Amino acid sequence: MTTSRRAQVAWAAGAVLILLYTLTPIAWMISLSLKPGDDIYNKQFLPTDWSLENYRTVFATDLFTSALRNSIGISLLSTVFSVLIAMLVAYAIARLDFPGKKLILSVALAIAMFPVISLIGPLFDMWRAVGLFDTWLGLIIPYISFTLPLSIWTLSAFFREIPWEMEQAAQVDGATPWQAFRRVIVPLAAPGVFTTAIIAFFAGWNDFVFGVSLTSTDAARPVPAALAFFTARRSSSSRPRRSRRPPWSSPSPSSS
Amino acid sequence: MTVTREPAAKKAAPRRKAPPLELTDRALHERRLGWLLSAPAFVLMLAVTAYPMANAVYLSTFSYRLTDPGGKEFVGLSNYLVVLTDALWWEDVATTAVITLVTVSLELVIGFTFAMVMHKIIFGRRTVRTSILVPYGIITVVSAFAWRYAFALDSGFVNNWLGLGDFDWFGQRWSALITICASEIWKTTPFIALLLLAGLAQVPDSLIEAAHVDGATFRQRLFKVIIPNMKAAIMVALLFRTLDAWRIFDNVFVMTAGANGTETLSFLTYRQSITRVALGIGSAVSVLLFLSVLLIAFVFIKGFKTDLGQVRGDRR
Repeated sequence: MTTSRRAQVAWAAGAVLILLYTLTPIAWMISLSLKPGDDIYNKQFLPTDWSLENYRTVFATDLFTSALRNSIGISLLSTVFSVLIAMLVAYAIARLDFPGKKLILSVALAIAMFPVISLIGPLFDMWRAVGLFDTWLGLIIPYISFTLPLSIWTLSAFFREIPWEMEQAAQVDGATPWQAFRRVIVPLAAPGVFTTAIIAFFAGWNDFVFGVSLTSTDAARPVPAALAFFTARRSSSSRPRRSRRPPWSSPSPSSS
Repeated sequence: MTVTREPAAKKAAPRRKAPPLELTDRALHERRLGWLLSAPAFVLMLAVTAYPMANAVYLSTFSYRLTDPGGKEFVGLSNYLVVLTDALWWEDVATTAVITLVTVSLELVIGFTFAMVMHKIIFGRRTVRTSILVPYGIITVVSAFAWRYAFALDSGFVNNWLGLGDFDWFGQRWSALITICASEIWKTTPFIALLLLAGLAQVPDSLIEAAHVDGATFRQRLFKVIIPNMKAAIMVALLFRTLDAWRIFDNVFVMTAGANGTETLSFLTYRQSITRVALGIGSAVSVLLFLSVLLIAFVFIKGFKTDLGQVRGDRR
Protein backbone atom coordinates (compact mmCIF):
# COMPACT_ATOMS: atom_id res chain seq x y z
CA MET A 1 0.00 0.00 0.00
CA THR A 2 1.55 3.29 -1.03
CA THR A 3 0.97 5.93 1.55
CA SER A 4 0.13 9.15 -0.18
CA ARG A 5 1.96 12.31 0.66
CA ARG A 6 -1.24 13.90 1.91
CA ALA A 7 -1.88 11.05 4.31
CA GLN A 8 1.65 11.35 5.71
CA VAL A 9 1.11 15.08 6.30
CA ALA A 10 -2.15 14.31 8.09
CA TRP A 11 -0.45 11.79 10.39
CA ALA A 12 2.35 14.26 11.09
CA ALA A 13 -0.27 16.85 12.05
CA GLY A 14 -1.73 14.24 14.37
CA ALA A 15 1.68 13.74 15.93
CA VAL A 16 1.99 17.47 16.58
CA LEU A 17 -1.44 17.36 18.19
CA ILE A 18 -0.34 14.56 20.51
CA LEU A 19 2.74 16.52 21.51
CA LEU A 20 0.60 19.58 22.27
CA TYR A 21 -1.79 17.41 24.25
CA THR A 22 0.86 15.85 26.42
CA LEU A 23 3.15 18.83 26.87
CA THR A 24 0.83 21.83 27.33
CA PRO A 25 -0.18 20.92 30.91
CA ILE A 26 3.47 20.19 31.69
CA ALA A 27 4.44 23.63 30.40
CA TRP A 28 1.69 25.10 32.57
CA MET A 29 3.05 23.32 35.67
CA ILE A 30 6.55 24.60 35.00
CA SER A 31 5.25 28.09 34.30
CA LEU A 32 3.27 28.03 37.59
CA SER A 33 6.31 27.00 39.54
CA LEU A 34 8.31 29.90 38.12
CA LYS A 35 5.77 32.56 39.02
CA PRO A 36 7.07 34.51 42.02
CA GLY A 37 4.83 35.90 44.76
CA ASP A 38 1.51 37.26 43.59
CA ASP A 39 2.34 36.63 39.96
CA ILE A 40 0.50 33.33 40.34
CA TYR A 41 -2.73 35.34 40.16
CA ASN A 42 -1.87 36.99 36.86
CA LYS A 43 -4.32 34.65 35.07
CA GLN A 44 -1.86 34.26 32.24
CA PHE A 45 -0.33 31.07 30.95
CA LEU A 46 3.18 32.46 31.25
CA PRO A 47 4.78 34.27 34.18
CA THR A 48 5.18 38.02 33.76
CA ASP A 49 8.42 37.80 35.66
CA TRP A 50 10.04 34.49 36.41
CA SER A 51 12.18 33.40 39.33
CA LEU A 52 13.33 30.29 41.17
CA GLU A 53 12.00 31.66 44.44
CA ASN A 54 9.45 28.86 44.88
CA TYR A 55 12.05 26.14 44.52
CA ARG A 56 14.26 27.79 47.13
CA THR A 57 11.32 28.00 49.53
CA VAL A 58 10.37 24.38 49.02
CA PHE A 59 13.81 23.06 49.80
CA ALA A 60 14.32 25.49 52.67
CA THR A 61 11.40 24.05 54.64
CA ASP A 62 11.26 20.53 55.97
CA LEU A 63 7.70 19.87 54.79
CA PHE A 64 8.54 18.81 51.28
CA THR A 65 11.95 17.27 51.88
CA SER A 66 10.68 14.90 54.57
CA ALA A 67 7.84 13.79 52.30
CA LEU A 68 10.34 13.27 49.49
CA ARG A 69 12.50 11.14 51.77
CA ASN A 70 9.47 9.05 52.74
CA SER A 71 8.29 8.63 49.17
CA ILE A 72 11.66 7.56 47.80
CA GLY A 73 12.41 5.24 50.70
CA ILE A 74 9.00 3.58 50.82
CA SER A 75 8.68 3.20 47.04
CA LEU A 76 12.20 1.80 46.70
CA LEU A 77 11.82 -0.74 49.49
CA SER A 78 8.42 -1.93 48.30
CA THR A 79 9.75 -2.17 44.73
CA VAL A 80 12.68 -4.34 45.80
CA PHE A 81 10.46 -6.73 47.75
CA SER A 82 7.71 -6.78 45.16
CA VAL A 83 10.11 -7.61 42.32
CA LEU A 84 11.95 -10.25 44.35
CA ILE A 85 8.74 -12.02 45.33
CA ALA A 86 7.26 -11.66 41.84
CA MET A 87 10.42 -13.09 40.31
CA LEU A 88 9.92 -16.35 42.20
CA VAL A 89 6.29 -16.61 41.08
CA ALA A 90 6.98 -15.62 37.49
CA TYR A 91 9.68 -18.25 37.27
CA ALA A 92 7.33 -20.88 38.63
CA ILE A 93 4.58 -19.84 36.21
CA ALA A 94 6.76 -19.61 33.14
CA ARG A 95 8.79 -22.67 33.84
CA LEU A 96 7.40 -25.22 36.27
CA ASP A 97 4.43 -27.52 35.89
CA PHE A 98 2.28 -27.54 38.98
CA PRO A 99 -1.42 -27.40 39.78
CA GLY A 100 -2.64 -24.04 41.05
CA LYS A 101 -0.88 -21.98 38.41
CA LYS A 102 -4.14 -20.66 37.04
CA LEU A 103 -5.38 -19.88 40.54
CA ILE A 104 -2.38 -17.65 41.23
CA LEU A 105 -2.80 -15.78 37.96
CA SER A 106 -6.51 -15.32 38.59
CA VAL A 107 -5.92 -14.05 42.11
CA ALA A 108 -3.35 -11.59 40.78
CA LEU A 109 -5.82 -10.40 38.17
CA ALA A 110 -8.60 -10.01 40.74
CA ILE A 111 -6.31 -7.97 42.98
CA ALA A 112 -5.36 -5.67 40.14
CA MET A 113 -9.05 -4.81 39.82
CA PHE A 114 -9.64 -4.52 43.55
CA PRO A 115 -11.05 -1.20 44.78
CA VAL A 116 -8.24 -0.31 47.18
CA ILE A 117 -10.34 2.35 48.83
CA SER A 118 -12.55 -0.42 50.22
CA LEU A 119 -9.63 -1.58 52.32
CA ILE A 120 -8.65 1.64 53.99
CA GLY A 121 -11.28 1.45 56.75
CA PRO A 122 -10.30 -2.02 57.98
CA LEU A 123 -6.58 -1.44 57.32
CA PHE A 124 -6.75 1.82 59.26
CA ASP A 125 -8.30 -0.09 62.17
CA MET A 126 -5.86 -3.03 61.94
CA TRP A 127 -2.76 -0.88 61.52
CA ARG A 128 -3.68 1.18 64.57
CA ALA A 129 -4.15 -2.00 66.58
CA VAL A 130 -0.76 -3.49 65.65
CA GLY A 131 1.16 -0.21 65.64
CA LEU A 132 1.76 -0.01 61.91
CA PHE A 133 -0.25 3.18 61.44
CA ASP A 134 1.90 6.09 60.26
CA THR A 135 5.03 3.97 59.77
CA TRP A 136 7.04 3.09 56.65
CA LEU A 137 6.22 -0.59 57.02
CA GLY A 138 2.52 0.25 57.20
CA LEU A 139 2.73 1.62 53.65
CA ILE A 140 5.31 -0.82 52.31
CA ILE A 141 3.12 -3.87 52.97
CA PRO A 142 0.08 -2.65 50.97
CA TYR A 143 2.35 -1.29 48.22
CA ILE A 144 4.00 -4.69 47.81
CA SER A 145 0.64 -6.45 47.65
CA PHE A 146 -0.78 -4.12 45.06
CA THR A 147 2.28 -3.98 42.83
CA LEU A 148 2.65 -7.77 42.87
CA PRO A 149 -0.01 -8.51 40.20
CA LEU A 150 1.59 -6.07 37.78
CA SER A 151 5.06 -7.38 38.54
CA ILE A 152 3.95 -11.00 38.16
CA TRP A 153 2.38 -10.41 34.73
CA THR A 154 5.21 -8.33 33.37
CA LEU A 155 7.88 -10.67 34.64
CA SER A 156 6.22 -13.88 33.53
CA ALA A 157 5.84 -12.36 30.06
CA PHE A 158 9.56 -11.58 30.02
CA PHE A 159 10.50 -14.95 31.47
CA ARG A 160 8.70 -16.77 28.69
CA GLU A 161 11.05 -15.20 26.16
CA ILE A 162 14.20 -16.40 27.87
CA PRO A 163 16.10 -19.22 26.12
CA TRP A 164 15.42 -21.93 28.67
CA GLU A 165 17.72 -24.45 27.01
CA MET A 166 20.49 -22.72 28.89
CA GLU A 167 18.83 -23.63 32.14
CA GLN A 168 18.50 -27.22 31.03
CA ALA A 169 22.14 -27.21 30.04
CA ALA A 170 23.01 -26.06 33.54
CA GLN A 171 20.84 -28.79 35.01
CA VAL A 172 22.45 -31.40 32.81
CA ASP A 173 25.78 -30.18 34.10
CA GLY A 174 24.59 -31.00 37.60
CA ALA A 175 22.99 -27.78 38.86
CA THR A 176 19.85 -28.04 40.99
CA PRO A 177 16.76 -26.18 39.75
CA TRP A 178 17.49 -23.50 42.34
CA GLN A 179 21.07 -23.06 41.17
CA ALA A 180 19.94 -22.98 37.57
CA PHE A 181 17.53 -20.21 38.48
CA ARG A 182 20.01 -18.22 40.51
CA ARG A 183 23.11 -18.53 38.27
CA VAL A 184 21.75 -18.74 34.76
CA ILE A 185 18.31 -17.21 34.57
CA VAL A 186 18.64 -14.19 36.84
CA PRO A 187 21.36 -12.54 34.75
CA LEU A 188 19.40 -13.26 31.57
CA ALA A 189 16.26 -11.84 33.07
CA ALA A 190 17.84 -8.60 34.26
CA PRO A 191 16.33 -6.30 31.57
CA GLY A 192 12.81 -7.60 32.27
CA VAL A 193 13.38 -7.27 35.98
CA PHE A 194 14.54 -3.71 35.53
CA THR A 195 11.45 -2.79 33.49
CA THR A 196 9.22 -4.37 36.09
CA ALA A 197 10.99 -2.50 38.85
CA ILE A 198 10.34 0.81 37.11
CA ILE A 199 6.65 0.02 36.75
CA ALA A 200 6.40 -1.10 40.39
CA PHE A 201 8.26 1.96 41.61
CA PHE A 202 5.89 4.31 39.80
CA ALA A 203 2.88 2.48 41.19
CA GLY A 204 4.11 3.14 44.72
CA TRP A 205 5.31 6.64 43.91
CA ASN A 206 1.92 7.55 42.44
CA ASP A 207 -0.17 6.08 45.24
CA PHE A 208 -2.45 8.48 47.01
CA VAL A 209 -5.18 6.41 48.67
CA PHE A 210 -2.94 4.58 51.15
CA GLY A 211 -0.62 7.52 51.63
CA VAL A 212 -3.42 9.81 52.66
CA SER A 213 -5.29 7.26 54.82
CA LEU A 214 -2.59 5.34 56.64
CA THR A 215 -0.37 8.24 57.70
CA SER A 216 -0.92 11.22 59.92
CA THR A 217 2.45 12.94 60.37
CA ASP A 218 5.73 13.59 58.58
CA ALA A 219 6.97 10.24 59.88
CA ALA A 220 5.68 8.37 56.85
CA ARG A 221 3.56 10.72 54.74
CA PRO A 222 4.62 10.42 51.09
CA VAL A 223 4.75 13.25 48.55
CA PRO A 224 1.26 12.98 46.96
CA ALA A 225 -0.45 13.02 50.34
CA ALA A 226 1.80 15.81 51.62
CA LEU A 227 1.00 17.94 48.55
CA ALA A 228 -2.73 17.45 49.01
CA PHE A 229 -2.49 18.56 52.63
CA PHE A 230 -0.16 21.43 51.89
CA THR A 231 -3.00 23.87 51.38
CA ALA A 232 -4.58 22.90 54.66
CA ARG A 233 -1.41 23.20 56.71
CA ARG A 234 0.20 26.35 55.46
CA SER A 235 -2.28 29.13 55.41
CA SER A 236 -0.20 31.87 53.85
CA SER A 237 2.74 32.64 51.56
CA SER A 238 5.99 30.63 51.67
CA ARG A 239 4.86 28.35 48.85
CA PRO A 240 2.71 30.30 46.48
CA ARG A 241 2.01 27.36 44.24
CA ARG A 242 0.01 25.54 46.87
CA SER A 243 -0.36 28.21 49.46
CA ARG A 244 -3.93 29.38 49.43
CA ARG A 245 -6.62 27.36 51.05
CA PRO A 246 -9.34 27.29 48.42
CA PRO A 247 -12.96 27.75 49.47
CA TRP A 248 -13.88 24.26 48.32
CA SER A 249 -11.27 22.44 50.36
CA SER A 250 -13.51 21.91 53.38
CA PRO A 251 -15.35 18.61 53.38
CA SER A 252 -18.85 18.81 52.02
CA PRO A 253 -21.37 19.40 54.83
CA SER A 254 -23.83 16.70 53.86
CA SER A 255 -23.36 13.26 55.34
CA SER A 256 -25.33 10.10 55.58
CA MET B 1 2.57 -4.75 27.37
CA THR B 2 1.58 -8.29 28.10
CA VAL B 3 -1.26 -8.12 25.65
CA THR B 4 1.04 -8.73 22.74
CA ARG B 5 2.48 -11.89 24.17
CA GLU B 6 0.30 -14.57 22.69
CA PRO B 7 2.77 -16.75 20.77
CA ALA B 8 4.27 -18.13 24.00
CA ALA B 9 0.90 -19.44 25.09
CA LYS B 10 1.41 -23.04 24.02
CA LYS B 11 4.28 -23.55 26.34
CA ALA B 12 2.42 -22.37 29.40
CA ALA B 13 -0.76 -24.32 28.87
CA PRO B 14 -0.86 -27.35 31.13
CA ARG B 15 -0.18 -30.33 28.93
CA ARG B 16 -1.72 -33.01 31.09
CA LYS B 17 -4.96 -32.31 32.87
CA ALA B 18 -4.97 -35.30 35.20
CA PRO B 19 -1.46 -36.04 36.42
CA PRO B 20 -0.49 -39.71 36.42
CA LEU B 21 -0.99 -41.34 39.78
CA GLU B 22 2.67 -42.05 40.27
CA LEU B 23 4.70 -38.92 39.93
CA THR B 24 8.38 -39.16 39.34
CA ASP B 25 10.68 -37.65 41.92
CA ARG B 26 11.51 -34.86 39.59
CA ALA B 27 7.83 -33.99 38.94
CA LEU B 28 7.14 -34.04 42.66
CA HIS B 29 10.09 -31.78 43.29
CA GLU B 30 8.89 -29.45 40.55
CA ARG B 31 5.45 -29.24 42.12
CA ARG B 32 6.80 -28.52 45.54
CA LEU B 33 9.17 -25.88 44.18
CA GLY B 34 6.30 -24.31 42.24
CA TRP B 35 4.18 -23.98 45.32
CA LEU B 36 7.10 -22.85 47.42
CA LEU B 37 7.99 -20.08 44.98
CA SER B 38 4.40 -18.90 44.67
CA ALA B 39 3.58 -19.01 48.35
CA PRO B 40 5.01 -15.66 49.50
CA ALA B 41 3.21 -13.69 46.79
CA PHE B 42 0.00 -15.61 47.29
CA VAL B 43 -0.01 -15.08 51.04
CA LEU B 44 0.89 -11.39 50.77
CA MET B 45 -1.74 -10.64 48.14
CA LEU B 46 -4.46 -12.31 50.17
CA ALA B 47 -3.30 -10.99 53.54
CA VAL B 48 -3.74 -7.39 52.45
CA THR B 49 -6.99 -7.90 50.53
CA ALA B 50 -9.00 -10.93 51.60
CA TYR B 51 -8.50 -10.54 55.33
CA PRO B 52 -9.27 -6.79 55.52
CA MET B 53 -12.21 -7.31 53.18
CA ALA B 54 -13.60 -10.00 55.48
CA ASN B 55 -12.94 -7.61 58.33
CA ALA B 56 -14.88 -4.92 56.48
CA VAL B 57 -17.85 -7.24 56.11
CA TYR B 58 -17.65 -7.99 59.84
CA LEU B 59 -17.31 -4.31 60.84
CA SER B 60 -20.18 -3.33 58.57
CA THR B 61 -22.60 -5.16 60.86
CA PHE B 62 -21.68 -2.95 63.81
CA SER B 63 -22.53 0.55 64.77
CA TYR B 64 -18.95 1.63 65.44
CA ARG B 65 -17.23 4.97 65.60
CA LEU B 66 -13.63 5.23 66.72
CA THR B 67 -14.46 8.33 68.72
CA ASP B 68 -16.98 6.29 70.68
CA PRO B 69 -15.43 2.82 71.16
CA GLY B 70 -17.76 1.93 74.01
CA GLY B 71 -20.81 2.39 71.82
CA LYS B 72 -19.87 -0.47 69.50
CA GLU B 73 -22.88 -2.70 69.08
CA PHE B 74 -24.13 -5.30 66.64
CA VAL B 75 -26.77 -3.87 64.32
CA GLY B 76 -27.04 -6.53 61.62
CA LEU B 77 -27.67 -5.19 58.17
CA SER B 78 -29.06 -1.85 59.24
CA ASN B 79 -25.89 0.00 58.15
CA TYR B 80 -26.58 -1.13 54.60
CA LEU B 81 -30.17 0.03 54.95
CA VAL B 82 -28.97 3.42 56.15
CA VAL B 83 -26.59 3.76 53.20
CA LEU B 84 -28.95 2.49 50.52
CA THR B 85 -31.89 4.64 51.64
CA ASP B 86 -29.77 7.79 51.78
CA ALA B 87 -30.09 10.16 48.85
CA LEU B 88 -26.37 10.98 49.16
CA TRP B 89 -25.37 7.42 48.25
CA TRP B 90 -27.44 7.54 45.08
CA GLU B 91 -26.18 11.01 44.22
CA ASP B 92 -22.62 9.68 44.54
CA VAL B 93 -23.48 6.65 42.42
CA ALA B 94 -24.82 9.01 39.74
CA THR B 95 -21.73 11.24 39.93
CA THR B 96 -19.38 8.28 39.68
CA ALA B 97 -21.37 6.81 36.80
CA VAL B 98 -21.34 10.11 34.89
CA ILE B 99 -17.59 10.52 35.37
CA THR B 100 -16.98 6.91 34.32
CA LEU B 101 -19.18 7.10 31.22
CA VAL B 102 -17.86 10.45 30.03
CA THR B 103 -14.18 9.79 30.64
CA VAL B 104 -14.09 6.22 29.33
CA SER B 105 -16.01 6.96 26.13
CA LEU B 106 -14.02 10.11 25.34
CA GLU B 107 -10.78 8.34 26.20
CA LEU B 108 -11.64 5.50 23.89
CA VAL B 109 -12.11 7.89 20.97
CA ILE B 110 -9.06 10.04 21.74
CA GLY B 111 -6.98 7.02 22.67
CA PHE B 112 -7.86 5.24 19.44
CA THR B 113 -6.97 8.31 17.39
CA PHE B 114 -3.65 8.59 19.19
CA ALA B 115 -2.96 4.90 18.70
CA MET B 116 -3.68 5.26 14.96
CA VAL B 117 -1.32 8.23 14.70
CA MET B 118 1.41 6.42 16.63
CA HIS B 119 0.89 3.37 14.45
CA LYS B 120 1.06 5.25 11.15
CA ILE B 121 3.64 7.98 11.52
CA ILE B 122 7.14 7.35 10.33
CA PHE B 123 8.91 10.57 11.21
CA GLY B 124 9.26 11.32 14.91
CA ARG B 125 7.73 8.06 16.03
CA ARG B 126 9.96 7.69 19.06
CA THR B 127 9.40 11.25 20.23
CA VAL B 128 5.64 10.87 20.09
CA ARG B 129 5.66 7.50 21.84
CA THR B 130 7.86 8.91 24.58
CA SER B 131 5.80 12.04 25.01
CA ILE B 132 2.63 10.05 25.49
CA LEU B 133 4.22 8.48 28.55
CA VAL B 134 4.49 11.88 30.21
CA PRO B 135 0.89 12.20 31.47
CA TYR B 136 0.97 8.51 32.35
CA GLY B 137 4.05 8.92 34.51
CA ILE B 138 3.09 12.06 36.34
CA ILE B 139 1.68 11.80 39.87
CA THR B 140 -2.11 12.12 39.69
CA VAL B 141 -2.18 14.56 42.60
CA VAL B 142 0.29 16.84 40.81
CA SER B 143 -1.66 16.82 37.54
CA ALA B 144 -4.88 17.41 39.48
CA PHE B 145 -3.31 20.50 41.05
CA ALA B 146 -2.18 21.76 37.66
CA TRP B 147 -5.70 21.41 36.27
CA ARG B 148 -7.23 22.96 39.37
CA TYR B 149 -4.99 26.02 39.10
CA ALA B 150 -5.69 26.22 35.37
CA PHE B 151 -9.44 26.48 35.99
CA ALA B 152 -9.36 28.31 39.34
CA LEU B 153 -10.97 31.73 39.51
CA ASP B 154 -7.91 33.51 40.88
CA SER B 155 -5.01 31.83 39.07
CA GLY B 156 -6.41 30.15 35.99
CA PHE B 157 -5.75 31.01 32.38
CA VAL B 158 -8.66 28.99 31.00
CA ASN B 159 -11.28 31.70 31.57
CA ASN B 160 -8.91 34.14 29.96
CA TRP B 161 -8.39 31.96 26.90
CA LEU B 162 -12.04 31.06 26.49
CA GLY B 163 -13.19 34.61 27.20
CA LEU B 164 -15.44 33.50 30.03
CA GLY B 165 -14.61 36.36 32.37
CA ASP B 166 -15.20 35.41 35.99
CA PHE B 167 -16.86 32.07 35.48
CA ASP B 168 -16.45 29.95 38.61
CA TRP B 169 -15.79 26.43 37.33
CA PHE B 170 -15.85 24.93 40.79
CA GLY B 171 -19.03 26.75 41.82
CA GLN B 172 -21.52 24.43 40.15
CA ARG B 173 -21.85 20.70 39.92
CA TRP B 174 -21.63 20.26 36.15
CA SER B 175 -18.79 22.65 35.44
CA ALA B 176 -16.84 21.16 38.36
CA LEU B 177 -17.44 17.69 36.93
CA ILE B 178 -16.16 18.89 33.55
CA THR B 179 -12.87 20.00 35.10
CA ILE B 180 -12.52 16.68 36.95
CA CYS B 181 -13.21 14.75 33.76
CA ALA B 182 -10.73 16.88 31.80
CA SER B 183 -7.99 16.17 34.31
CA GLU B 184 -8.83 12.46 34.43
CA ILE B 185 -8.95 12.17 30.64
CA TRP B 186 -5.63 13.92 30.18
CA LYS B 187 -3.94 11.69 32.71
CA THR B 188 -5.28 8.30 31.62
CA THR B 189 -5.79 8.48 27.84
CA PRO B 190 -2.16 7.38 27.28
CA PHE B 191 -2.97 4.11 29.05
CA ILE B 192 -5.78 3.36 26.60
CA ALA B 193 -3.74 4.61 23.65
CA LEU B 194 -0.86 2.27 24.47
CA LEU B 195 -3.14 -0.74 24.95
CA LEU B 196 -4.88 0.03 21.65
CA LEU B 197 -1.55 0.52 19.91
CA ALA B 198 -0.63 -3.01 20.96
CA GLY B 199 -3.99 -4.15 19.61
CA LEU B 200 -3.48 -2.33 16.30
CA ALA B 201 -0.15 -4.03 15.82
CA GLN B 202 -1.95 -7.37 15.94
CA VAL B 203 -4.28 -6.58 13.03
CA PRO B 204 -2.75 -8.33 10.01
CA ASP B 205 -1.63 -5.80 7.38
CA SER B 206 -2.66 -8.18 4.61
CA LEU B 207 -6.32 -7.86 5.66
CA ILE B 208 -6.25 -4.07 5.48
CA GLU B 209 -4.43 -4.20 2.17
CA ALA B 210 -6.93 -6.67 0.73
CA ALA B 211 -9.80 -4.41 1.77
CA HIS B 212 -7.98 -1.48 0.20
CA VAL B 213 -7.52 -3.33 -3.07
CA ASP B 214 -11.19 -4.28 -3.05
CA GLY B 215 -12.00 -0.57 -2.96
CA ALA B 216 -12.99 -0.14 0.67
CA THR B 217 -12.92 3.47 1.86
CA PHE B 218 -10.97 4.51 4.94
CA ARG B 219 -14.20 4.47 6.94
CA GLN B 220 -15.07 0.97 5.81
CA ARG B 221 -11.57 -0.31 6.48
CA LEU B 222 -11.73 1.22 9.96
CA PHE B 223 -15.13 -0.11 11.00
CA LYS B 224 -15.27 -3.34 9.02
CA VAL B 225 -11.69 -4.55 9.22
CA ILE B 226 -9.53 -2.84 11.84
CA ILE B 227 -11.91 -2.45 14.78
CA PRO B 228 -13.48 -5.95 14.59
CA ASN B 229 -10.00 -7.45 14.45
CA MET B 230 -8.85 -5.70 17.59
CA LYS B 231 -12.01 -6.17 19.58
CA ALA B 232 -10.20 -8.17 22.26
CA ALA B 233 -7.71 -5.39 22.94
CA ILE B 234 -10.49 -2.80 23.00
CA MET B 235 -12.52 -4.78 25.51
CA VAL B 236 -9.56 -5.31 27.83
CA ALA B 237 -8.70 -1.60 27.69
CA LEU B 238 -12.34 -0.72 28.37
CA LEU B 239 -12.57 -3.11 31.31
CA PHE B 240 -9.47 -1.78 33.00
CA ARG B 241 -10.29 1.85 32.40
CA THR B 242 -13.92 1.45 33.51
CA LEU B 243 -12.86 -0.13 36.78
CA ASP B 244 -10.21 2.54 37.20
CA ALA B 245 -12.60 5.40 36.53
CA TRP B 246 -15.19 3.89 38.85
CA ARG B 247 -12.63 4.11 41.66
CA ILE B 248 -11.67 7.74 40.93
CA PHE B 249 -10.36 9.40 44.07
CA ASP B 250 -7.20 11.49 43.71
CA ASN B 251 -8.59 13.97 41.20
CA VAL B 252 -11.77 14.55 43.19
CA PHE B 253 -9.86 14.89 46.45
CA VAL B 254 -7.55 17.57 45.09
CA MET B 255 -9.86 19.45 42.74
CA THR B 256 -13.14 19.75 44.63
CA ALA B 257 -12.92 17.62 47.79
CA GLY B 258 -16.38 16.40 46.89
CA ALA B 259 -18.05 19.81 47.18
CA ASN B 260 -21.05 20.84 45.06
CA GLY B 261 -22.24 17.32 44.33
CA THR B 262 -18.96 16.06 42.92
CA GLU B 263 -18.44 13.41 45.57
CA THR B 264 -17.67 9.96 44.17
CA LEU B 265 -18.11 6.56 45.81
CA SER B 266 -14.42 6.29 46.68
CA PHE B 267 -14.48 9.70 48.26
CA LEU B 268 -17.58 8.80 50.25
CA THR B 269 -15.80 5.69 51.56
CA TYR B 270 -12.77 7.75 52.52
CA ARG B 271 -14.86 10.40 54.24
CA GLN B 272 -16.86 7.89 56.28
CA SER B 273 -13.91 5.69 57.27
CA ILE B 274 -11.08 8.16 57.74
CA THR B 275 -12.51 11.64 58.18
CA ARG B 276 -15.55 10.68 60.26
CA VAL B 277 -13.91 7.48 61.62
CA ALA B 278 -17.36 5.88 61.39
CA LEU B 279 -15.95 2.45 60.68
CA GLY B 280 -19.33 0.70 60.75
CA ILE B 281 -20.99 2.81 58.06
CA GLY B 282 -17.67 3.24 56.27
CA SER B 283 -17.23 -0.52 56.01
CA ALA B 284 -20.77 -0.89 54.68
CA VAL B 285 -19.93 1.62 51.95
CA SER B 286 -16.64 -0.23 51.30
CA VAL B 287 -18.44 -3.53 50.87
CA LEU B 288 -21.00 -1.97 48.53
CA LEU B 289 -18.23 -0.37 46.46
CA PHE B 290 -16.46 -3.73 46.30
CA LEU B 291 -19.67 -5.41 45.13
CA SER B 292 -20.19 -2.76 42.45
CA VAL B 293 -16.66 -3.39 41.14
CA LEU B 294 -17.36 -7.13 41.10
CA LEU B 295 -20.55 -6.47 39.16
CA ILE B 296 -18.73 -4.36 36.54
CA ALA B 297 -16.02 -6.99 36.14
CA PHE B 298 -18.65 -9.71 35.89
CA VAL B 299 -20.65 -7.83 33.23
CA PHE B 300 -17.49 -7.28 31.17
CA ILE B 301 -16.15 -10.81 31.48
CA LYS B 302 -19.37 -12.78 31.16
CA GLY B 303 -21.66 -10.31 29.41
CA PHE B 304 -19.25 -8.84 26.87
CA LYS B 305 -17.03 -11.95 26.84
CA THR B 306 -13.87 -9.97 27.49
CA ASP B 307 -10.99 -12.34 26.95
CA LEU B 308 -8.77 -11.87 29.97
CA GLY B 309 -6.56 -14.73 28.84
CA GLN B 310 -5.17 -12.14 26.48
CA VAL B 311 -3.95 -10.13 29.42
CA ARG B 312 -2.53 -13.14 31.18
CA GLY B 313 -0.88 -14.33 28.01
CA ASP B 314 -2.10 -17.89 28.46
CA ARG B 315 -4.76 -18.07 25.79
CA ARG B 316 -5.02 -21.48 24.23
